[in-house]
Amino acid sequence: MTGTRAGGLAGGLAVVLLTASPPARLPAQDTNTIDRGVRIGIVYRPGVRPGMVMLPRKGLDSVRAMVVRDLDYSDRFEIITLPGGDSIRLATASPPPRGGGTTPRGGRTPTSSGSGTGGGAQSAIGSLNYPLYQALGADFALDITAAGDTTIATLHDIPAAGVRRAVRAQLPAPGSPDFRQAVHRMADQVLQAALGTSGIAATRVLFVKEGKVYLIDQDGAEMKLVSSTDRQAMSPAWAADGHHFAYMEFQAGKGWLYYQDMATGKRIPVSTTGTALDFTPAFSPDGQTMAFSRAIEEGTDLYTINIKNNCCLRRLTVGHFSDNLSPTFSPDGQRIAFVSTRPGLPQIYVMAADGTDQQLFAPFDYGVTGSSNAPEWSPDGQSVAFHRDVAGTLQVFVLDVRTRTVRQLTSVGRNEDPTWAPDSRHLAFVSDRSGYRQLWIIDLDTGRIRPLLQQSGARLPAWSPRLSEAPSTTP
Amino acid sequence: MKSVSLLLVIGLAAAATAASSCGGNPPPAQPTPNADSAAAAAKARQDSIDAANAEAARRAAEDSARIARQREADSLAALSRGSEEVRATLAAMIHFDLDKSNIRGDDMGALDQKVAILQANPDLRIRVGGHCDERGSDEYNLALGNRRAQAAKQYLVSHGIDAGRIETQSWGEERPLVDGHDESAWSQNRRDEFEIISGGDNIHHP
Repeated sequence: MTGTRAGGLAGGLAVVLLTASPPARLPAQDTNTIDRGVRIGIVYRPGVRPGMVMLPRKGLDSVRAMVVRDLDYSDRFEIITLPGGDSIRLATASPPPRGGGTTPRGGRTPTSSGSGTGGGAQSAIGSLNYPLYQALGADFALDITAAGDTTIATLHDIPAAGVRRAVRAQLPAPGSPDFRQAVHRMADQVLQAALGTSGIAATRVLFVKEGKVYLIDQDGAEMKLVSSTDRQAMSPAWAADGHHFAYMEFQAGKGWLYYQDMATGKRIPVSTTGTALDFTPAFSPDGQTMAFSRAIEEGTDLYTINIKNNCCLRRLTVGHFSDNLSPTFSPDGQRIAFVSTRPGLPQIYVMAADGTDQQLFAPFDYGVTGSSNAPEWSPDGQSVAFHRDVAGTLQVFVLDVRTRTVRQLTSVGRNEDPTWAPDSRHLAFVSDRSGYRQLWIIDLDTGRIRPLLQQSGARLPAWSPRLSEAPSTTP
Repeated sequence: MKSVSLLLVIGLAAAATAASSCGGNPPPAQPTPNADSAAAAAKARQDSIDAANAEAARRAAEDSARIARQREADSLAALSRGSEEVRATLAAMIHFDLDKSNIRGDDMGALDQKVAILQANPDLRIRVGGHCDERGSDEYNLALGNRRAQAAKQYLVSHGIDAGRIETQSWGEERPLVDGHDESAWSQNRRDEFEIISGGDNIHHP
């Protein structure tokens, strides 16, 4: 009796293991040492992402490593690593049967006498062993090569058994300031070629640490200081052009808003600032308007100014002893979501961009739901991310704009201040899940979480729009 | 004690001076066998009396100057002691409940003392800084800190202090008084601080 049940259980497990396959894809998540993130099962569907193989080559290692990591961080591919190096790619043995558990990947390398790389690799373009890669579960293979001063990323379509596209770029020398962004843009072009959608490799995140504003690439590289004084700063916000940003700085008992050019570091105080506590700046998508909060005697209210002409203060809310703060524009510029304390505790409200038609946005149970703060409208317009007090700690939530329903995204530790990547599926946020507060990135589609910056004290992240060209190339 | 004995000395000296100089009650004249010698004796006596009088007056002047100096020093010390007290009373923080900005009952006494000090020192101008603990949202805490600073200002204004003498500022959770992640630290960090902006050089006791 017991034996039968145990046997049945074992059989069931075997079925689960088989159906959860290809199990060999799963280690592809751990292809880099930074990735110590944990998965939480939101809508994770294993195996639905196309497999991507990076073909090994001599040279261009840093480019290849960056591109494969960008593609991995896009969370749109299963990155397949080859155990046997070039030997697999060059193997001409007959392809193993599709879908079998006998694919030569467990460290077993097909015997190959001709393991030369140079000329053989060149001639292999367009004549890859497609059935082999198909058997490995790959839908795409990426080959990065150099021809003179041009770097070529050749994307192979495995099921179609041909080259999908060759992306050419003249990369700056490694170590030059523009090198990494140029490689990131190449990765985005590959992603675009493979899936017809835009990536987020060439993006950056502004954040605050120890009262100063910093900038960091989305892959965690090239962290640099961008605030220019020793005064305490908060709340960085990107302009839609990706070349400017705004932030608040404490100065002589007031909160000043500054508008700064990313490339030159030149900054100007925003019109009418310096008279009160101004904070939480946010740009309209057309770059014409900045909305912000101003705390005065009777409370905190929302205002806008024309940022192009740095003029024309306009008041959007009249709180009458309630607070209205943290504005965020919808991507069409028609609406502004914000925080209001009019129900007692802060909750998420929405209004037309001219201040009319103010109404509750994210539903809550009066007396039950905790404070809700830090809203940010997703670039696709469909969602608003925010954080909410749940049992004394903060968790990231997402509001569905159409249905006005909310779902809780995080549950481990304290999680706050979410900011959308331009693909509207990744969020950077602050979490103490590792023991101290640091920046993390979550992919809403897979639930995959990775650290962006493993340094304590980083907070208030703001994810850039797509950076089409390096900011340093603009005057 | 010292000043008492000094006063005594002065009193005696003054009495002696008065007795000798006013002449209202002269000593009985002694019979003199020789007019010249008698006159000489009288002159000598008068000289010694004058000398004693001069000495007494000099000492009295010295003493009174010293006393005046001592008094001034004593009162300055007292004044400065009082001024320290007044400053401490003025700077005493008030505290708030979690996510609240209303003045607590146990802080009203502290604010009443500040009202009295501000009334006694009409040139005094202060800044109220509102602070929060780390638990709330970073940016929301700027609004909450503003409310806390405004709450204290409103209290002072409603008790007769001119609003123009009170500036407010919010620091949100950016400047914790106590590092720590428990209620003990949080409760100390949810506070209003009071600092003198101007008019604090010669501060008076209410």
